[in-house]
Order: sequence, then C-alpha cells, then structure tokens
Amino acid sequence: MLESVRSNSFQIVRLFALVILAVFVLVGGFILLQNLQHVKMIMMVFAVIWGVGSVALLFWVFNSIAQAMPRKIRPIAVALVFAGPAIVLLAWALVLPTLRSLWLSFFDDTGHQFVFLDNYTFAFTDPIMLESFKNNLLWMVFGTSFCVILGLIIAVLSDKSKFEKLFKALIFLPMAISFVGAGVIWKFMYSYKGEGININEIGLLNAIVVALGGKAQSWLLMPVWNNFFLIAIMVWLQTGYAMVILSSAIKGIPLEIIEAAKMDGANEFQIFFKITIPFIMPTIVTVATTILIFSLKLFDIVRVMTGGNFGTNVIANEFYQRQFTYRKTGQASAIAIVLLICTIPVLIYNLRQFRKRRTIK
Amino acid sequence: MKKTKPSKISSIILFILLLFIAIGWTVPTLGVFVTSFRESKDIYSSGWWSVLPHMEWVKTSEFQLAEATDPNAPITIEGHTASFDEWRQGIKVSENKRLRWYGNKRSRKIEVYEEKLLGFGANLTMQNYVDVLQGGEISFDDGSGNIITREGNNFGDAVINSLAVCIPSTVIPILIAAFAAYAFAWMDFPGRKPMFVILVALLVVPLQIALIPILRDFTAWNLNGTFVSMWLAHTSFGLPLAIYLLYNYVSTLPRDVFESAYLDGATPFVTFVRLVLPMSIPALASFAIFQFLWVWNDYLVALIFLGDKNRVVTSALAAMIGEKGQDWHLLTSGAFLSMILPLTVFFALQRFFVRGLLAGSIKG
Amino acid sequence: MKKSVLFFVFVLVAMLFYTGCQPKGQEQNSAGKDSGVQGKVVTMAGPFVDNDAVKFNNAVKAFEERTGIDIQYEGSKEFEASISIRIEGGNAPDIVDFPQPGLLATFVKGGYVVDLNKVLDMNKIKQNYIQSWLDMATMDGPEGKIMAGVWGRVSAKSLVWYNKKEFDAAGYKVPKTWKELEDLEKMIMADGDTPWAIGIESGAATGWPATDWIEEFMLRTNSLEDYDRWVKGELKFDSPQVRKAIGKLSEIWLTKGMVYGGREGIVTTSFGDAPKVMFEEPPKAWLHKQGNFITSFFPDNLKAGVNYDFFYLPGIDPQYGRPVLIAGDCYAMFNDRPEVRMVMEFFATGASVESWIKAGGIVSPHKDALLSWYTNDVDRKVAEVIQNATSVRFDGSDLMPGEVGAGSFWKEITAYVSGTKSLDEALKAIDASWPK
Repeated sequence: MLESVRSNSFQIVRLFALVILAVFVLVGGFILLQNLQHVKMIMMVFAVIWGVGSVALLFWVFNSIAQAMPRKIRPIAVALVFAGPAIVLLAWALVLPTLRSLWLSFFDDTGHQFVFLDNYTFAFTDPIMLESFKNNLLWMVFGTSFCVILGLIIAVLSDKSKFEKLFKALIFLPMAISFVGAGVIWKFMYSYKGEGININEIGLLNAIVVALGGKAQSWLLMPVWNNFFLIAIMVWLQTGYAMVILSSAIKGIPLEIIEAAKMDGANEFQIFFKITIPFIMPTIVTVATTILIFSLKLFDIVRVMTGGNFGTNVIANEFYQRQFTYRKTGQASAIAIVLLICTIPVLIYNLRQFRKRRTIK
Repeated sequence: MKKTKPSKISSIILFILLLFIAIGWTVPTLGVFVTSFRESKDIYSSGWWSVLPHMEWVKTSEFQLAEATDPNAPITIEGHTASFDEWRQGIKVSENKRLRWYGNKRSRKIEVYEEKLLGFGANLTMQNYVDVLQGGEISFDDGSGNIITREGNNFGDAVINSLAVCIPSTVIPILIAAFAAYAFAWMDFPGRKPMFVILVALLVVPLQIALIPILRDFTAWNLNGTFVSMWLAHTSFGLPLAIYLLYNYVSTLPRDVFESAYLDGATPFVTFVRLVLPMSIPALASFAIFQFLWVWNDYLVALIFLGDKNRVVTSALAAMIGEKGQDWHLLTSGAFLSMILPLTVFFALQRFFVRGLLAGSIKG
Repeated sequence: MKKSVLFFVFVLVAMLFYTGCQPKGQEQNSAGKDSGVQGKVVTMAGPFVDNDAVKFNNAVKAFEERTGIDIQYEGSKEFEASISIRIEGGNAPDIVDFPQPGLLATFVKGGYVVDLNKVLDMNKIKQNYIQSWLDMATMDGPEGKIMAGVWGRVSAKSLVWYNKKEFDAAGYKVPKTWKELEDLEKMIMADGDTPWAIGIESGAATGWPATDWIEEFMLRTNSLEDYDRWVKGELKFDSPQVRKAIGKLSEIWLTKGMVYGGREGIVTTSFGDAPKVMFEEPPKAWLHKQGNFITSFFPDNLKAGVNYDFFYLPGIDPQYGRPVLIAGDCYAMFNDRPEVRMVMEFFATGASVESWIKAGGIVSPHKDALLSWYTNDVDRKVAEVIQNATSVRFDGSDLMPGEVGAGSFWKEITAYVSGTKSLDEALKAIDASWPK
C-alpha cells in the first residue's frame, strides 16, 4: 500500500518534470529560433530538429500521462493522445473556418445583414455559376478517369519493363513543377498568335498542325473543347500521382496468385481484368477519390491559362474571384459550402467501401 | 514481385508503347527546358524546337529595288514576276536561293536567303540561370547618370528558408496523421466514426476559406512571420489527405501483429513506434512526397503567413520576375531551378515505393 | 530515447545561453532618441515589386535617414488576395498602396481605414493636390465620408507608343487629330502592314486593356458628366453613349487587317507581349496604346526618344477637348501611430517621389513636384500631356465595384471581342452584375 503511494507520487513528480521539460523545449526553442535568423544554415538545421523533435516529444509526454491514468479510462486516454492532436488541429484550422463560412453564407457582404438563402440562390442560378458547374462536371468525369486510367496503364506496362524506374520518373516529373511553371509550359504548347501577315507560330501544337498542312487554331478559344485542353494539363500533372500509388499496389499482388492463373492458361488481359483490377480496387478508389476532390478544388490552371474566360470557368475559380477580388464574402462562402456538399456522394461511396473491407476481414 | 518474362516481340512492343507515352509526357517539359536557355527576344519570335539541328533559310545578303518600283503592280525580280504579297511570303528563285521582301511596301528591300543546315544550340545562353541565381540583380539609370545596382535577393537563402519550412511541414503531419490513422483504424473511442466522416469531408474544404481566421489567431498569438506558423498551417492543411491515405494503409495491416505485441505487454505507443511506423514506410514515403511538393510549390500560404522576411523559393521567384509577368526566360529557368530539389527527394524516396503503398491490403 | 531527449535539452540550454549573451543589435540602434520616432518601424504593402520596389526604397531613403523611421515595404504579385486576407485577419500593414481606388473603397466601407481628416494636418496636404485628386480620395465609410488616402504616383493611359526609328524611316507622321490617325491607319494598311498591336490576355485579369480603350472612347465621344454617371453605375452599359464608345473600339479592333493577329490574336496575346511585335525586324505592327508603364515590357536596350516614343491619342469630337485617362496609386493608412502619420504626411509631398521621378517611369500628382525632375523626355512629355489635358479622368474600371470593374466588365468585353458573345448579350450581362 505504502509502496504504491510512493510509486504513485514518484510517478506524479516524474510526469510533472516531463511537462516542465516539454514546455521548456517548446518555449526555449521558439525563442532560440527567432534569434538564429542571421546564421541561416544553423537556423534551418535547428528549425528542422526542433520542429520535428518537439512534436515527437509532445506525443511521448502525452502518452506517458495517458499511461499513468487509471486502468479504466486508460484506453480512451491513449486513443485521445493518438487522435487528439489531429482532431484539435483540424477543428481549429478547417472545421471552425468552414462553420464560419456556413454562417457567413447566410449574410450579405458586410456580414451584418441576414439574407437567408439569397447567396445560395445566386450559387445555383447565376449564369456564370451554371457554366462553372457544367465545366466542373467535365473536370471531375474526364480529368479523374483519364488520370486513373492512364496511371493504371502506365503502372501495369512499366511494371513489365526493364526501364521501369526511368519511365516512372519521366511521368512523375510534372508533379514537381509549380503551377506557375506548368502555366508557362502549356502556354507554349497552346500559344496562338492570330491570323494575318507574317505570323510565326511559337506554340508546339500549332506548329505541328501547320507542318501537317493544317491551319493554326486558337486552342483556348474553342468552345467546350478548350475545357479539355485545360483538363489535359491536369492529367499531365496528376497522372504521376495515380501511377506511383497504383504501381505500388500492383507490386503488392502476391506472385503465387498470378502464377496460378498462368498455370490455368489465363492470358495477360485475363490476368489484368480478373486479378489485378479486383486486387487493387481499394487503391483505385482511394486514388480516384483524391483526384476527384482535387479536380473539384482546382483553380490555378484555369486562372493562369484563361482566367475563366471563354467558357472555361470552374467553381473554385469563381470562389477565389468572389472571395478576394470582388470581396463578396457571402457569395464566396455559399460557393465553398456548395463545393463541400458536392462531395457528399463521393464520401458516402468511400465509407461504404471501408465498411465492406471491414466485413470481409 | 519479380518481373514476369514476356516474349521478345511483346517486350519490344511494350517498350515502344512506353517510349511513346514517355515522350508525349516529356515534350512539354523539354520545351520549357530548352526555352530556359534562350534569349528573351528569341523566345517570343520563334518556337523552341528551332534550336534543334535543321535546314533553314538563312539570310545571306540584301539589295534595294529601284525607287521607281511600284509595289502595287506585279514586280519582276531575277526573272520571276509576282505580287507584293507573294514576294513578302518569299519566292524560291533557284534551287538554293529564296528572295523575300523585307517589311512593308515602303522598304523596297529584298533579302536573299540560302538554305543551310543549322547546328544544335544556336543562340543558347546560360545568362537566364545566372540572373535567377543572382536573384535578378537590378540595375538602372537614376537619371542623373548614376547606375544604381541593387544587390540581388539571395536565392541560396531562399532555398534554406524553403527547407526550414518544408521539412517540418512534411514530417509533422506524417507523424500526427500516422498516430491518428492508427487510432481511427484500431482503437475504440466515442465518436470515432462520425469524426472520421468529417475528416474525410475536410479533404474538399478549399484552404482559402481558412486563411483569414487562421491569420487572426496568428496575429493574436504573435506568430506571424515565424516558421512555426507555416508548420501549423501546412500541417493542418495536409492532415486530411495524410490521414485518409494512411488510414487506408494502416487499416489493412494484419491484426495478429498487434495482438501478439499486446500479449507481450507492449503499450499501444510502443507497438505503434516499433511496428506500425516501420511497416507503413511505403505509405509514409508516398505521402511525404506529395506533401513536400505541395509545400515547396506553395506561394499563397507563404505570402500570407511568412511575409517578406524569410523569403521562400516561390516568393523569391515571384519577386524577381516582378510585375512584368512575361519574363519567359526568367520564369522558365526559375521553374527549373526550383524543380531540382523536389525531384531529388522523389528519387531518394523512390525505393520505398517498391514494396508498395497498399501492399498490406492484400494480406488482409 | 531519454538520452537523446536529455542531450537535446542540453544543446538547447547551451544555445539559449549563447544567444542570450549576444548583444542585441536593435537596442543599440534605438539608443539616441529625440523625436520619439527614432528606430520605429512603419510597415507597408503594395503591388509593385522588382525595379519599382527598389526605386521606391531609394525615394524614401533620405526621409528614413532624417527621421530614423524605418519604412519596410513588402510587394507582392498576389496583392489583391493577400491584402484582403491580411486586413481582415487583423494583421494590416500600417500603410497600403492601392492602385485600384475601387478596392480601397471596399475597405473604407468596412471601416478598416483611418480617416486622414482626423489625424493629419489636412490644410497643408490639400494645398499640394488639385481638387479632383482630393475628391477621388474621399470615400464612404461606415460613419460618413472620410479622406481615405493620399496620391503617390500617377500614370497616363492615353498614350500611343510607336517604334520611332522605323516610323521615321518609313516617313510616317505623328497624327495630331483623329482624322490624321485614321489616315495613318489607312496608309499603313495600304503599305501592307497592320497598324495596331493589341493584346488583352492577362491571366485572371484578362480584358483590362480593353476596358481602358472603352474608357478612352467614352471620354472622347461623351460628356464628362456621362462618364462620371457611367462609372457610378447611373448610366447603364446598355445605353447609346456606351454603345457609341464601343462602336469606336470595334471600328479598330474588329476590322480585318487593322490589328496584328485579328480578334482571336487580341484575346490570346498577353498585354505585355503585344507591343513586342513593333520592335521586330521588320516591324509587324506600328501603334500600341497603353499607359506609360508599358515601356518596361519593351525589349531591353531600347532607348526612350530614339527607338520608341509616344503621341497623345487624339480627341475625336472637338467639343470634348483633349481628355486624358489616368491611373494612380493611393496610399491609405490602417494603423494610427505618430510615425505612421509622419510617413503619410511625407507621401503627400513631391519629395517622396523625387528620386523615383528622376529614375524614370512615374509622374507625380503633387503640386510641389518640379518638371525639371523629369530626366527623360518621354516622362516629361507624359507629365505635360497630363498638364495640357482639358480634362482628366481616372480609369473607370478601377473605380467601379470589384465585381464589375475587375470582373464582368473585363470578362464580357473579352467575350465580345473574341466573338463568343454578341454586344447585346455582353452589355446586358455587365448591367446585371452591378451590385444592387
């Protein structure tokens, strides 16, 4: 009895010391970091060590505290330590702002006048918004499917090639390019100088068309098709992502299964459709979901290439435009909320998938 | 998984097919890479492929037509008669000679072109890269004849700042997300399911709506302009995707692994650090790449929370290219310089992919 | 694990101790204070970067040395978005440079901006500006009208640039009247070239140069009253007056052979690339209308007055005289501290832009700025154009509410020029977008 009290009080002292230590590391490191600005290299190394170290330290300290809890509530305390930081951060950085937007979406731009659903009426009736919805649908359907299908094809093919790493690196390359850089690249692809005397096309696409005897086109002005030319940019940028993840999944397929199928006389196509696809289906869903959501949020490409003109506007661009350029907070918030609602079907599908996998186990 | 051995013919077809895709994928980048070595004047007047070896009509001489030549009537030069418009397009007068009217009707100048093979790399320059690395050293005339030169903003410092932002902003969300993914996948606590639904839904929240509220908090906490503010912001913005991806992976790890660990008396924390983290390395690595790329290429978040004091690469480039957004030669070379590091990271982490991101799902 | 933590803490302590011993540079600086503002920092933000940011810093250097105030300017390309976030996020810089008074007006409405009437000695400031500048800086706050800012630099937009060397060599003459300009256009076309180089592509801001053109024609074919009513939204876009102005635009823009690249070329060519064709050999177009800032987009190594020059875009109807369209930067104050007041008062004097004027590229709105400061002829001529103007009006799209002036006006005119919308559809859409 006495023993346990002593060990208990020792435990408390130890925990207390740990908390003090953590606070000291956090505060001291922060002050130190601010004072290290002049020695850039040391500052950077210190920032990395301290930044990552403190987070690890915090988890360790919190876990020690949770472990000291009475047995009854310990599992919940531990779970809280594990999931808590993520939940707190997300609540602070994303959930609260979303709720704030939800609130603001019922008010006018000053934020004082309650307008109920006016902003939503705008979001669903304004011609620009309707055009954006239509285009977003194109982006979601074609952008996502092109990315996933191309990524899958490249992953499967390169898996069988000797030069796998090189091919994958080349496909992945665009992912490392910033949106500004990508904008420049594709401006050079689609460039069109107009018609008239002594025009010398500097856009590759037009140069090819002209060399083949055709007439130079203003690619970004063609109705409806221009959307596909913009989608091509996203496919170019994002296929690398799909490929990397899908390729990893393909490599996870146990060799025995494939060998067995071959023994049964299955050809490559049958293996692909009967074994590969079903096996990596969860991964395909994950990849498709993230790209789908990415395509819904995407606006940089449109902004850089056409500024949303010529019938290429998308919802996220209109949101950015209204939020920052026009400063129409109410309407912008309503658009953001609509964007959120748009993904509900995707979310439901995802959760079903999760549940299915659970029950299989 | 070992490579299966396809037959020779099919492997050749495969190779050609892949080569085709790879070329298609790389040509745009290649175009910009070439462009980044060209002078700004050339970039606007001819396509980048013109640096490749090719036959081209090269101007060798010119001569003036008589003042009396009437450009509005058919014009006869060296035995060929054609209208002004045709002459302006250029007319081949002999096998290796082409005549072209220079400018408008007033010039009356005829240029003589001969076809020649142009070698690779005519008019290429390293100057663009020098300019970018010097941070676009600016010099101009102050009017009274003095040349004012401003020391370029240090690109090297910007790289260091970017690293100080990027590495923690990549590792911290991975750590936090891995803990959370483990908790959501393998622990029981009240509100687990609804919280996870909300979490996945957060994937779609555009981070722009969060900037103003977060900035208010940072102002209140006096965190503006510090690296900590960037870590907090990027960690939060990256968490939904991180947890979503890692949950997919961690939830498919075999249950018996944990159970045997618990039987040995290991706490969840120890199990996590000793077993789950090492087993999840492929998933962690792939998320690390995406998060690193995203943070590295981010401009808006850095602009708002970090400001001008600790310039990162993207803001350094933006500041240098300046209001003249059309400095293609600087934009292209800057884009390439800023790509080097992320690509290095990709190649460094590539080997972790080999085992497979979702490899575990198969065993489950 | 524990060992590494201990080691980490040890290193931390050692480093803290080390930096603690370091003398702090800033404290030494603020040692000698007499005016109370010595060593104080005033933060500023604005859209200009690069060259202009250096010129700005040089222009305020003497002031900084005299007063000991440190003006820290931060320029950004994403100015519109970042400034909205910073102001609403409670982290507004002390002074913000607004090139669009319309954007400033929205912050005035939100009550974020300090009323200069209350904090500065306005008599002195008012003497240094002509009345129309003061009027343009007076905006509606939540509690009535306030003086929202002081004007720092101006640029004239009614300028037509040309390749002087080739222009003279071809024997063309600078047109003084609209008739002469039309004759010049015809002559250039008869000679087999296209007269105008026009490009309105500008990413998210595509279309803005088109709105400048329309404003020029509004001033040249309509009364100033109509222009002012139009800017305020009292005169509809779908009105005979505005249609008349757009008609003039169409005469040039949509006539075959008038513009390099044709209408599709106009909308796909970036505004900064557009003038470059004038300087190719041979020149592919001859005239380019744009504000005086455009010279920084010209190819390097061109000399003002030798390789390029400009003329004033002539008036069309004599009864409307020689109107000049201008744009300018307005400095607004967001935090009231003694040192910020001093800086604002400084910005209201010509001295604040003296070295900038000398370095070239800007024109001052201050009465106490001397013409002799202008070192190159082109800048001085720009200043003279503004002085000789029978009327001066501010870029209308910068004054309109954001969703029109930086939104539907740009977008719809672009759609009209590209041919995807008829004029009727475009005008109706702009009218519909005015805030109710």
